[in-house]
Amino acid sequence: MQPGDELEPLSVTPDRYLTVRYAGASGDFNPIHIDEEFARDVGLPGRILHGLYTMAQVARAHTEAGGGPASLKRLSVQFRGMGVPEVELTVTATVREVRDDDGVAVIDSNCEQDGKRVIRNAEAQLRLEP
Amino acid sequence: MAVNTAAIGKTFAPATYAVGREKIREYAHAVGETDPLYLDVDAARAAGYDDVVAPPMFAVVYSLPAVWPALFDEEVGIDFGRMVHAGQEFEWGPVVVAGDEITTTASLKDVSDRRGNGFFVFESVSVNGRGEAVCTGLWSNIVRGA
Repeated sequence: MQPGDELEPLSVTPDRYLTVRYAGASGDFNPIHIDEEFARDVGLPGRILHGLYTMAQVARAHTEAGGGPASLKRLSVQFRGMGVPEVELTVTATVREVRDDDGVAVIDSNCEQDGKRVIRNAEAQLRLEP
Repeated sequence: MAVNTAAIGKTFAPATYAVGREKIREYAHAVGETDPLYLDVDAARAAGYDDVVAPPMFAVVYSLPAVWPALFDEEVGIDFGRMVHAGQEFEWGPVVVAGDEITTTASLKDVSDRRGNGFFVFESVSVNGRGEAVCTGLWSNIVRGA
């Protein structure tokens, strides 16, 4: 891995019921993610994706490009806009630097849906030799 | 409206979560993870782990039982209906595997006013049974008009 390298982009289309499965798997049952009527009542376009599901896609792009689960040392993201089911998400990531002292790659990434960023300014630290 | 900063520094009751093999699989399937380390005990053992490995973002699963009550704490006073998850940071230590018991303690790190909205930052510190910090999280939430 060298500065300027791009990780393999990750694309995934969450299906109609993904938010229900993620709610069950994660324990986050906020109704804005699982109840269409509730979501509309609070002014949303409909059920929205869990930000932490979207962040999990960013994490996966890194562990799949790196050395598996032990390689991801740190990940920070900012959530922007709202992700929705049934529209493709794409994670793109570029290596900013590879530190000589500890062999950690610092990687910048974003996650887009329909041309809009749902995660921006994500920064990861990946251990190249865990 | 001024934000209520009185609860900054408050630490909430710890919660212990027992990591199960099927829960890891359920989580891995939900987020689209296909690495056999998460799904196949034999593959995980062949790689030197005691059992299937939790994906890094499984941190959400074992942290939420400690973080969730903090979000609803009366002293903190968040209006949940106006809350939006603004940002998240995790830093990981040793990997978590099925069979681990993870104890998480949440605290309120900071509260500030950002252009009329409340900005709440919670920290979670998760420790395994050997006393190793497996994950530290910073959970940033905006409460509109708070």
